[in-house]
Amino acid sequence: MLKYIFRRLIQMIPVIIVISILLFCLVKAMPGDPVRAYLGVNSKVSPEIKEKLMSDLGLDQPMHIQYFMWLKRMANGDFGESIQYKRPVSEVVGDFLWNTFLLKIVVFILAFGISIPIGIICAVKQYSKTDNFWTVFSLIGISMPSFFFGLLLIFAFAVNFRLFPISGMVTPGTDYTGLEYVLDMAKHMVLPVTVLTISSLASLVRYIRNSMLEVVKQDYIRTARSKGLGEKIVIYKHAFRNALIPIVTLIGIWIPFLFTGSVITEKVFVWPGIGRVLYEGVIMRDYNLIMTLNMLFALLMLMGNLLQDIGYAIVDPRVKVE
Amino acid sequence: MKADTVKKIDVKNEEQEVIGVWKMVWDNFKKNKLALFGLIIISILSLLVFIGPYISPYERDSVNLINAEQAPSLKHLLGTDELGRDYFTRILHGGQISLRVGLFSVGVSLILGILFGGLSGYYGGWIDNILMRFAEIIYSFPFLPLAITLSAIIGTRVSPQNKMYMVMLIIGVLRFPGLARMIRGQILTLREQEFMQAATALGLSDTRKIFRHLIPNTFAYIIVNATLGVAGAILSESSLSFLGLGVVPPIPTWGNMVTYATRSHVLKNMPWLWIPPGLCIFLAVMSINLIGDGLRDAIDPKSNR
Repeated sequence: MLKYIFRRLIQMIPVIIVISILLFCLVKAMPGDPVRAYLGVNSKVSPEIKEKLMSDLGLDQPMHIQYFMWLKRMANGDFGESIQYKRPVSEVVGDFLWNTFLLKIVVFILAFGISIPIGIICAVKQYSKTDNFWTVFSLIGISMPSFFFGLLLIFAFAVNFRLFPISGMVTPGTDYTGLEYVLDMAKHMVLPVTVLTISSLASLVRYIRNSMLEVVKQDYIRTARSKGLGEKIVIYKHAFRNALIPIVTLIGIWIPFLFTGSVITEKVFVWPGIGRVLYEGVIMRDYNLIMTLNMLFALLMLMGNLLQDIGYAIVDPRVKVE
Repeated sequence: MKADTVKKIDVKNEEQEVIGVWKMVWDNFKKNKLALFGLIIISILSLLVFIGPYISPYERDSVNLINAEQAPSLKHLLGTDELGRDYFTRILHGGQISLRVGLFSVGVSLILGILFGGLSGYYGGWIDNILMRFAEIIYSFPFLPLAITLSAIIGTRVSPQNKMYMVMLIIGVLRFPGLARMIRGQILTLREQEFMQAATALGLSDTRKIFRHLIPNTFAYIIVNATLGVAGAILSESSLSFLGLGVVPPIPTWGNMVTYATRSHVLKNMPWLWIPPGLCIFLAVMSINLIGDGLRDAIDPKSNR
């Protein structure tokens, strides 16, 4: 197993290198003069100083040398400075990543907690009223643009019935501590969590239902029934274990998403997460920030893929890791 | 003479069989009420947005400041925006652009997917390795972050009039790997079948074998995938445009029209400016999804629904 993980990690290296080259080319393709960005837009400097700066920053070197310099800085954890926040990018990312994680972990627990039992029920009672309800629900959830859904929720529950705050993470101007702080934040979380949970539920329920259906139709389930086992044991002990395999895959896919922000939901609800930081970075042309985040997201997705395969190998003895 | 008749009969049989497959799909499709409902809704929407603008008495961009921000009335069905433009007319035009972007970006994905999937499935080996690694790299970025990054980089060099094409390209390119993988998988199994041996025995060229014999056999999957892809592409376009990083005003799309809701007085007091375009996106995407699901079930009766 360890050997397999090690090999997969080695295989990942070329992919990461290509991704970093692509991202580097993107940085270079960006409009604007980096020296200008470094000094501030309105600065007036003589050409000599500018040239000196160019060579200090290594911008007079050929492209491939510049790439290696950039790579070396990235490897040392120096991602440059964010123009917008006037702080090192790594600090900015560290701050906002946790806000996203907080939001997403709640969504993760709710979405899987609800969709696993519901997916099973829908599969066991295929074409029943419950099943049809969730089929329609999934369809609506998949087809609903999240920004529109978010705005509708704000319109209904924050503007018309003032049940929840419109936006943000904590009420501005307040100085809550302890339980009050947690409650205040929970109140702010209700609407964004609802949007994200419902849109995740839509696809999760459908997926779990279908993978359970495949298992339920197999011969060994009929055998289990015919040897007189109770329906509960058949479903939860025999069928569910095998239906777990695709669910593990899903969890693997989900883990990177715990850290990649949802740009739209965070923007609509002004949640100070990593997705909104990326969006504002894009608008403000904060290149160091944009590139670091894209690199981070790509790495997370790659790790997610790896975790997924490992999980697969652990749950399903038929999968050979060699 | 005799050979001629035989040939004719053959052709006839073949035609009947070809019609037979699609007729079967259509018969299955017809039984699915939800899918038919989707087909009806998207037909109505398409008629409205593609013909409506010619009937509407208002121009898309004709500014009339005296008439600004009017409530819905018989004269202006959905009122007017802050520049006094008839909002209903703009929704029709916006829909046309949203649907077109959806269709064309799937077109881009299809071309790339068929090319990549076809070549790597047929040749295998290093070609497969390189093409699929490339697809995997695109696949390893989450969609929206990369899309807004690309849009920001390319966008500064593109005029508002041409943003629409940029969005089609970005969505098309970022969404093709899934399609390429699917086609590759199909071709891997198809190429081992007997009819391919026959094709080889006939001495057909590789290009002909790939694009005339293998790809057409994956059409059923491609059509389902592409239909569902159109729904996804419309959603992606609307999200990008909502964020101001897709199609930008004065060109309307359903996505950038919902952006009005980010102004608090519009959100609160003028729901007719943002709810209708949002509902249109929802209806269009939902009906296309219904059609896609219906097609999948019609083509592959083994699927679970």
